[in-house]
Amino acid sequence: MDYIIEMLNISKEFPGVKANDNVTLQLRKGEIHALLGENGAGKSTLMSILFGLYQPDSGEIRVKGQTVKVRDPNDANDLGIGMVHQHFKLVENFTVLDNILLGHEPIKGLFIDREQAREKINTLSTTYKLHIDSDALIGEISVGMQQRVEILKMLFRDNEILIFDEPTAVLTPQEIDELMGIMKNLTKEGKSIIFITHKLNEIMKVSDRCTVLRRGKLIGTVETSKTSIPELSRMMVGRDVQFQIEKKTAKPAEAVLTVENLTVVSPYSQKNVVDDVSFQVRRGEIVCLAGIEGNGQSEVIYAITGLMRAASGRIVIKDEDVTHKNIRYRNDHGVSHVPEDRHRFGLILDYNLAYNLALKQYHLPRFQKFGFLKKDAINAYAEKLIEQYDIRAGQGGATLARSMSGGNQQKAIIAREIDKGSDLLVAVQVTRGLDVGAIEYIHGQIVKERDKGKAVLLVSLEIDEVLSLSDRILVMYEGKIVAELDPKETDELELGLYMTGGKEGTYHA
Amino acid sequence: MPDRGFVKNALSKTETFFKELPQKNSFKIFVSVLVSVLIGLFAGLLILLIFNPRNSFRAFGGILAGAFGDPTSVLIGIGDWFYYATPILLTGLSVGFAFKTGLFNIGAAGQFMVGQYAALMVAFYGGGLGSFQWVAALAAGILAGALWGFIPGFFKAIFNVNEVITSIMFNYIGMYLTNLLIKSNLTVYNQARTETHKINTEAFLPKFGMDKILPGSRADIGFLIAILVAISMFIILNKTKFGFELKGVGYNRHASRYAGINEKKAIILSMAIAGALAALGGALKMIAPGAHNVGNTLTVEEMLAPEGFNGIPVALLGLSNPVGIIFSALFITYIQRGGFFVQSLVMIEIIDIIIGVIIYFSAFSLVIRLFFERRAQRKRTEAELEADELKPEGGEA
Repeated sequence: MDYIIEMLNISKEFPGVKANDNVTLQLRKGEIHALLGENGAGKSTLMSILFGLYQPDSGEIRVKGQTVKVRDPNDANDLGIGMVHQHFKLVENFTVLDNILLGHEPIKGLFIDREQAREKINTLSTTYKLHIDSDALIGEISVGMQQRVEILKMLFRDNEILIFDEPTAVLTPQEIDELMGIMKNLTKEGKSIIFITHKLNEIMKVSDRCTVLRRGKLIGTVETSKTSIPELSRMMVGRDVQFQIEKKTAKPAEAVLTVENLTVVSPYSQKNVVDDVSFQVRRGEIVCLAGIEGNGQSEVIYAITGLMRAASGRIVIKDEDVTHKNIRYRNDHGVSHVPEDRHRFGLILDYNLAYNLALKQYHLPRFQKFGFLKKDAINAYAEKLIEQYDIRAGQGGATLARSMSGGNQQKAIIAREIDKGSDLLVAVQVTRGLDVGAIEYIHGQIVKERDKGKAVLLVSLEIDEVLSLSDRILVMYEGKIVAELDPKETDELELGLYMTGGKEGTYHA
Repeated sequence: MPDRGFVKNALSKTETFFKELPQKNSFKIFVSVLVSVLIGLFAGLLILLIFNPRNSFRAFGGILAGAFGDPTSVLIGIGDWFYYATPILLTGLSVGFAFKTGLFNIGAAGQFMVGQYAALMVAFYGGGLGSFQWVAALAAGILAGALWGFIPGFFKAIFNVNEVITSIMFNYIGMYLTNLLIKSNLTVYNQARTETHKINTEAFLPKFGMDKILPGSRADIGFLIAILVAISMFIILNKTKFGFELKGVGYNRHASRYAGINEKKAIILSMAIAGALAALGGALKMIAPGAHNVGNTLTVEEMLAPEGFNGIPVALLGLSNPVGIIFSALFITYIQRGGFFVQSLVMIEIIDIIIGVIIYFSAFSLVIRLFFERRAQRKRTEAELEADELKPEGGEA
């Protein structure tokens, strides 16, 4: 068989974890090969080995049949391997063109030959239908275009093997479709693609073959055309996965959160990003704020949790007006918050897991006395949560948060926020970037909280999640709530129309 | 036999401690600091060989002998070592403490100077305080320094003005302001000598028995105070809620705010404490009895206190860890004292260059750590390659 890349019997061990255990991955020329696995299954490690960021403990890498050593990313680049990272590696205040050139500048005399580069980029962008504006600044273009810039960067370096690391996590549904098209075009022109993801429908849609990893071990490689979503998920998780969320009808009781005529002004544009919004969340129900990113949902949440100031209006939690209370007060009086950006807000990555699990409660008598931290209590609490919420961390509570996988970081945040025992759980994009196993788990936890009589306010950009998880949907468009929908009586199409402003609804709080 | 069990337990504990030691992060850091110091010393020797080949080895020996090379007596050497280490230990703590909160306190010089000034004023006007005068002088210094740190901290927290810029400005404001205040006060200022009059010996720091242990030296209670402060800093940073908050803000300001920490307060307090630490160094230097023969005076000149800037390398070499800073302050002073004693062999400027080089290399400790880790990795992969080649079916020749 004509393999362009073979990674044979790769093993790599980190302190406490076997990240890769005798894993083999063979990539054919011109195919899209999906690499599937839960968070922490070893996908990133395997790709980092291929990219020269880590050295394998054992095993070998062959490129076009030749055994090679990839010592660093430069070696990988020389071998024609390029990677589009999940978090783009672009310089914000450089132009698109300069970002593509960076590190590979064509030189004429003492100067960079931008015109020659521009020509090459233009040819590439027409061949592969990658539309970009080469003179725009990265900071000013959409996420989708930033990704196209990343792809062009690889093509500009004449890479033959392209690794896409969870490329769809940051994209809108339209952009995802577009990306799938681009990937197909690339393989048509002879490029080979490794596609790392845990979204099963994308694998079915675009890939030729799929290799599945679980807990560092190779489970198998299958032809996509001969498999199905349930089979793939069984391979990935090791058991049958529940795709339908099982929940009883909600029995809402009294209101926990009341938002009245809330207006939030953006500190940058001075516009009303949230414009006169009123709603309630009651005990025993899950209310979802649906909408396309940037329509004011995040700001509503920031105002409720205290991260942003309300310009006008009232926020009431359990009969208490907290509009002018600080964040600590709200945290201590019934608000739990799973934030949108777990690295920026959710965790202090340089603190260990135990400290992060105590982050919202370290100041309470439970964990401190006369200003001194009770480290034993903190560690014991961490062990309890790790056990109870199945957080996987190599060195238990002493594990540095930074070294944990994304799914386990999210689990840690959820554990912390749920275990706090607040009456209101505010959760934003809780399943972003997570695999089906983790998603199933987190959805289950949220429903459980609802059934315990907690009020849950959810923000999600995933229409599937909105429809399956919530008991009530509030659609936000341009800072206003434009519709209240019953998930049982609406569908993707109607929801989509409201979200894009294509249909105007009536909403009265 | 509970005793035997205890001993056994202790033995096995020490055994695991030493077994795990090479894996421990703190051990790796310690080794890399040590290696970088050795490289620095070697580079220093090279410089000596270039500039002064004839005396280089003798001079280098003198530098290595450090504080112990005191020609009068070893005990005096040790006492003076402590005396000279005290100010930079405190400015080092000042810079290191701010580092922990993610702030760069480059204003230690200004804080040091206002601390000196405040202590001087109490020394002049606090005669009625009796044996508490020195305590009052230190307290005044601490307050003045806290104010000098508070202002940049306040601007950083409330208006997001970079603390580096404000604290540099406050270095100069502190220097010119104290000069101005001294010059306009003729009870304090000695116009003929462009410096302050000598302060009363009653205002001096107590020796606290240091003159008994280390007779004839300049040592006083100051060094002990500095050590005590360093240990308190260590406890605050590692054991308390307050330290948890400060470090949290240093690591991730946003997440700290989200957790309910008042990050503005943390920034302001951290800078104020950093200022107080540097100023305490200034105050201790001002009223140290060891400075008696040079008059315990402040010279009115347009120069920032060098102790302030020396705090930066002290903090870097000590990796901002208060206990590490004790050792780095002692190490740097040790080398400086050694250099001082071999002045007859090499020019003092060369000694300063050598010290600079040593500190410079010391700051490379992180790079050196990476280098060792890389090499270990490479060795492993090379061993594998060789093993592959030895396999009979491996080669095609």
